[in-house]
Amino acid sequence: MPDAPPVAVNSLPLKERMKIVRVRMPELEPEVRARSFDEVNLGLADAAAVTEAARCLACARPGCQTVCPVGVKIKQIVALIYAGDFLAAARKMREDNSLPAITGRVCPQESQCEGGCVLGRKGQPVAIGNLERFIADFERQSGQPALPAVAPSTGASVAIVGSGPAGLSAAGDLIQMGHRVHVFEALHELGGVLIYGIPEFRLPKAIVRQEIDNLRRMGVEFETDVVVGKSVTLDELMRVEGYDAIFVATGAGLPVFLGVPGEHLNGVYSANEFLTRVNLMRAWRFPEFDEPVYDCRDRDVIVVGGGNTAMDAVRTARRLGARTATLVYRRSEAEMPARAEEVKHARREGIEFRMLTAPVEFLGDTNGWLTGARCVRIELGEPDASGRRRPGPIAGSESILPAHVAIIGVGTTANPLIQSTTPDLATNQHNYIVADPETMRTSKRGVFAGGDIVTGGATVILAMGAGRKAAKAIDQYLRAG
Amino acid sequence: MFRIVTARTAGLNIRQFTVEAPRIARKQRPGQFVILRLHERGERIPLTIKSADPAAGTITIVVQAVGKTTSLLNCLEAGDSILDVVGPLGQPSEIRKYGTAVILAGSVGTAMALPTARALKEADNHVVFIQGARSRGMVVFEDEVLAASHEAYILTDDGSFGERGLVTTKLNDLLAAGRKLDFVLAVGPVPMMRAVAQITAPLGIKTMVSLNSVMVDGTGMCGGCRVLLGKQSKFACVDGPEFDASLVNFDVLMQRNAMYRKQECQALKSFEQHKQEELAALRAIAAHPAPEEDRHA
Ligand SMILES: Cc1cc2nc3c(=O)[nH]c(=O)nc-3n(C[C@H](O)[C@H](O)[C@H](O)COP(=O)(O)OP(=O)(O)OC[C@H]3O[C@@H](n4cnc5c(N)ncnc54)[C@H](O)[C@@H]3O)c2cc1C
Ligand SMILES: Cc1cc2nc3c(=O)[nH]c(=O)nc-3n(C[C@H](O)[C@H](O)[C@H](O)COP(=O)(O)OP(=O)(O)OC[C@H]3O[C@@H](n4cnc5c(N)ncnc54)[C@H](O)[C@@H]3O)c2cc1C
Ligand code: SF4
Ligand code: SF4
Ligand code: FES
Repeated sequence: MPDAPPVAVNSLPLKERMKIVRVRMPELEPEVRARSFDEVNLGLADAAAVTEAARCLACARPGCQTVCPVGVKIKQIVALIYAGDFLAAARKMREDNSLPAITGRVCPQESQCEGGCVLGRKGQPVAIGNLERFIADFERQSGQPALPAVAPSTGASVAIVGSGPAGLSAAGDLIQMGHRVHVFEALHELGGVLIYGIPEFRLPKAIVRQEIDNLRRMGVEFETDVVVGKSVTLDELMRVEGYDAIFVATGAGLPVFLGVPGEHLNGVYSANEFLTRVNLMRAWRFPEFDEPVYDCRDRDVIVVGGGNTAMDAVRTARRLGARTATLVYRRSEAEMPARAEEVKHARREGIEFRMLTAPVEFLGDTNGWLTGARCVRIELGEPDASGRRRPGPIAGSESILPAHVAIIGVGTTANPLIQSTTPDLATNQHNYIVADPETMRTSKRGVFAGGDIVTGGATVILAMGAGRKAAKAIDQYLRAG
Repeated sequence: MFRIVTARTAGLNIRQFTVEAPRIARKQRPGQFVILRLHERGERIPLTIKSADPAAGTITIVVQAVGKTTSLLNCLEAGDSILDVVGPLGQPSEIRKYGTAVILAGSVGTAMALPTARALKEADNHVVFIQGARSRGMVVFEDEVLAASHEAYILTDDGSFGERGLVTTKLNDLLAAGRKLDFVLAVGPVPMMRAVAQITAPLGIKTMVSLNSVMVDGTGMCGGCRVLLGKQSKFACVDGPEFDASLVNFDVLMQRNAMYRKQECQALKSFEQHKQEELAALRAIAAHPAPEEDRHA
């Protein structure tokens, strides 16, 4: 890897800058990581980050920034990295993005910031995600996280329901504005999908925990083991417990099954269950941890779906020792919604891809254990409403894919626990909460909502963006009513 | 942390605990349950709320030791703490005036059915409580059963207490005597619930069973607890745990409950060898709560 060029960014001629090749993210060897839950990406060294920053053309109209959903000031941050002032870069980042160590790792950069980078038109875009991760990790390891100042107390208190990225980012902003903030979480651990869904090898839990600790140090209160709607209702939170406003950020956590015969066989999982057992309950460390998961060693595992969830499940199965780990997706690779980097990593870990294939039935033995999936081949027809070509089965194309474990990762939908106990909270026909896209207000006075519970399953950064908007709107509401 | 206020043995391998859980105590309805996790390395298991005292902020649970987690829990005493208790979960029992309501319960099922029996009695039903147990030592809460019912019967498999026989023996007796039964609730092992359903479904008697499927989160998020009702899939933790017995596919329930048998046996065996260490570790963690990875960092 070349050393950092010893010049200020603007003095390096454009031509020279464009000659620098995109710095490669060092990663664990595929053979090692396919057996380990350690993080795959190892992070950039200081010099490598500076070199990568040197590639930025400092565009007059930075395309990267307009497509970042929260408008991170990428150009200025990259310049600060180039100048070697990593802590200043991290501070600048936090003006728009309070969880950079997380988004740097999990944002679908290819369709967001890096997708908008001008360098990507002819060659490789600036590795914005890797740089973002770098400054966040640097700041964390420096032991001097720049905790933002907290305004004097306003006397108002806000309840936040759900501790995923939407809830956490709203909490961070509201506490800075001087409000009392209390976060309720149904599970025993904070972080939402960041904890129970996204595996350790992509997003180490210690990172999520540190961000939560920072919020705690700023004064945010957290209460786990409270299922709002069951343990306490929204009305009780306002009337009995005295919260002045509520932000509902409960995500889209309900698993969707395929509805094909055989889904009750032992060995058929929703991706949520499989990932929750492994990540939240640490079943990958059974028997040291008590929660079990199917013993995948030397077994055949198929995972249905093409998004991040399916990709996480199939790579997790591989790490649990699966003999074969196969991704079954009904469209083609080009249509897969998963992050490009994960697809690349998965391939190198020996994941098999069966594109244009869909299970129509799960088959089992007489004791109810899965033995395989009957699948059809799919052809793509005319584009549908989503602009993607509509899949349809090819007659007579059935075949049987042997499997001991099948994991369904085809999507999730709204959890109804709050909606069903709050009659005056308007929902749409799919049971998502209806909220104004700008003010995040719901039909119920004082109640705001955002993240996946409003939009349906989306991304971490969009959920965070919703949390920030909600914090602003709640602040206005608390001041003006 | 949820502190255990009182702990006592109620029968063979069956213990009763009163636990501080003010939020749950305020909201609990008959038929609902909690999910608890004993310590940082523990699994989440569901347990029915037997009673709640909103003023004292406590709930009472009854636990039969069958595997590792329930065995460890049953070693705890007053003053110990449970790391996580969440609830109340599930749909409450549907309490109406049915007429004559029969409750059939197998040992620990008695504790699970008691709150519903009480509520049915308060709703002016004639409550018949039939308790079954393998033998004398597993007959529990006789006084509370008497108080919650108008008629109570106890049967043991070996005849060591009450009448000899199964709960279904008594159910058949009642039917043979021409009693008109308007509602039946069965809570216990799957074969027992299935046997009850086979008797009452052809007679068109409304019958509910409380399904003990394997659960993780208890909030509808994982789908691991799914049960088959006719052709429909339902999640026991949010749609149940009580379901119309005539629709339940008991074979699928039994098959799914056997999913982790291998791991469960391994865990129990290892627990029996390291009981004291496990208990000491739990108490040490309770004294210094911190996420597991942090402690090793
Ligand atoms: C396996 C997986 C991998 C993913 N990978 C990526 C990725 O690489 N990049 C990316 O950008 N996005 C990814 N996503 C999507 C992303 O994680 C979500 O869009 C995002 O987490 C949504 O945030 P949220 O705050 O709205 O909800 P969530 O993260 O779902 O958090 C909601 C929280 O609310 C809690 N809750 C729910 N109901 C209640 C209640 N009644 N009372 C109290 N608490 C409640 C839940 O337990 C949960 O903790 C992935 C999703 C999954 C499932
Ligand atoms: C909604 C609900 C409410 C429940 N309420 C109670 C309650 O109030 N008191 C109580 O003691 N239990 C109750 N249970 C059952 C309890 O959750 C299980 O016994 C417990 O999870 C077992 O955990 P374990 O780790 O000790 O045993 P595991 O290692 O999980 O199981 C050990 C063995 O016991 C078998 N087993 C599991 N559950 C049962 C069962 N219910 N009856 C007989 N054998 C079983 C398993 O198949 C396995 O072979 C309830 C279950 C549900 C779903
Ligand atoms: S938040 Fe996401 S999209 Fe925005 S700059 Fe960072 S990695 Fe790119
Ligand atoms: S678009 Fe690319 S080159 Fe231009 S400022 Fe953004 S990162 Fe730099
Ligand atoms: S226990 Fe997870 S959905 Fe019921």
